[in-house]
Amino acid sequence: MKYLILIQSNPRSLEVWERMTDQQRMDFGRDHLKLNAEMEEAGVLVAAEGLADPSLARWVSVRGGETIASDGPYAEVKEHLAGFYLVDCPTVDEAIAWAAKVPDAANTEVEVRPVLDMSGWEF
Amino acid sequence: MGVLTGLEDLLRTAAPQVLAAVTRRYGDFDASEEAVQEALLAAAQQWPADGVPDNPRSWLITVASRRRIELLRSDAARRKRELLPPDPLPDVRGDDELTLLVLCCHPALTPVSQVALTLRAVGGLTTAEIARALLVPEPTVGQRISRAKQRIRDSGARFALPGPDELGARLTGVRQVLYLIFNEGHTASSGSRLHRVELTREAIRLARQLHAARPDDGETAGLLALMLLTDARRPARTRPDGGLVPLAEQDRALWDRTAIAEGIEIITKALSSTRIGPFQLQAAIAAIHGEATRPELTDWPQIKDLYALLHALAPSPMVALNRIVAVAMVDGPKVALAALDRAEPALAEHYRVAAVRAHLLEMAGEPEAAREQYRIAARRTLSLPEQRYLESRAARLSN
Repeated sequence: MKYLILIQSNPRSLEVWERMTDQQRMDFGRDHLKLNAEMEEAGVLVAAEGLADPSLARWVSVRGGETIASDGPYAEVKEHLAGFYLVDCPTVDEAIAWAAKVPDAANTEVEVRPVLDMSGWEF
Repeated sequence: MGVLTGLEDLLRTAAPQVLAAVTRRYGDFDASEEAVQEALLAAAQQWPADGVPDNPRSWLITVASRRRIELLRSDAARRKRELLPPDPLPDVRGDDELTLLVLCCHPALTPVSQVALTLRAVGGLTTAEIARALLVPEPTVGQRISRAKQRIRDSGARFALPGPDELGARLTGVRQVLYLIFNEGHTASSGSRLHRVELTREAIRLARQLHAARPDDGETAGLLALMLLTDARRPARTRPDGGLVPLAEQDRALWDRTAIAEGIEIITKALSSTRIGPFQLQAAIAAIHGEATRPELTDWPQIKDLYALLHALAPSPMVALNRIVAVAMVDGPKVALAALDRAEPALAEHYRVAAVRAHLLEMAGEPEAAREQYRIAARRTLSLPEQRYLESRAARLSN
């Protein structure tokens, strides 16, 4: 079973970040790398990435066969996806245990979402 | 992967025999497994061009042994090598596959590790093939395998069959791992289906080996029969677009009659000669479905009795729910709905409760309530094809 662990950036997480010392920020980043390695070693990691600032996002739509890429909806968004871990483990409890090791969970919270799979039982 | 070619078949059959022979001679399951994997890869590359050697198994044993000695050399375990007897070719023995299966399903391992190690060491699949089938990256599978081997080393387990007392319990574990592999493949309905179906075939092949090694073991016979009877319905259980077809609506002309006949023969023999167990009961139920050429010919009273027995022997949410479905077919949906209400506290979180209730309400002629339950079930499932199926059932009731 795959689970996506989502890390959101929002005013609360920014506030924590602002208060951190340089050293704390370094440790925070290193803890992410350590978690990455630990997941890899345990054989549960499928993918993990941190995302660039949302100001660099491009919004893509297709109308009448034409692709339009734009910079915005410009409305100020208070919360955006900052990164994720995709893990493959048998139970949601294990996924929760991994989520608890994400450094952000100690500051704000992270979200665990089951991923739909292509299995299907006979009804 | 798709269709198993003659060469793949040859390599996979030889893999556990070669690994057993090399492990017996050099000890150290971990390094031997690595060496055999390299020999298999070498064969897969060389044989299509150079032709298959006269004795493929000897070729593989020789190449793996050479590789194994190189590993020892680099290992600073040179002295150990010098103590080895001079070079007779490692032999192959009757119980090798069984010994390997039991080792790879060692209780000290997690189920995911057991699955990965069994597929590679006994099934002869490459790490890349396993990764494609399990839908995870290759390094993740590699890591699971090396952790599994580490655990085996730490547990002090050796390459030898446990005594008769322990073997029974270990075989229970082996059957669970094989069934897990089967279900990984069987429940796949589309997408990367080809690779997943490979898992089903591999599980059946390994169950056949186990059944051949222990023909008098009733639960092993039951497992093999259950796999054959379930897999026989595969061509009918999904539409070309990946949509699920419920049992009652399947085109039974698409069922694999040969597999059904074989499954029925195996389970009939087991039921008449050995002690009954959960796999045998599930196989017996699958056999009754398999015998019905039309849904209305299904012997539901017998299925209901078998589920009652299974419920007593090995209770689980799925068994409880299937039993209630059988009750509906025999005693009508009203009785089944009452039974579901009584059973629900114990099933609380199970997502299929809503799906079963929806079907029962539909049978009872309550489309509004059924639609609501289908929608709840669609929101709770973790499977995309099930979500689509449940949504379409709900939509059908709206019209």
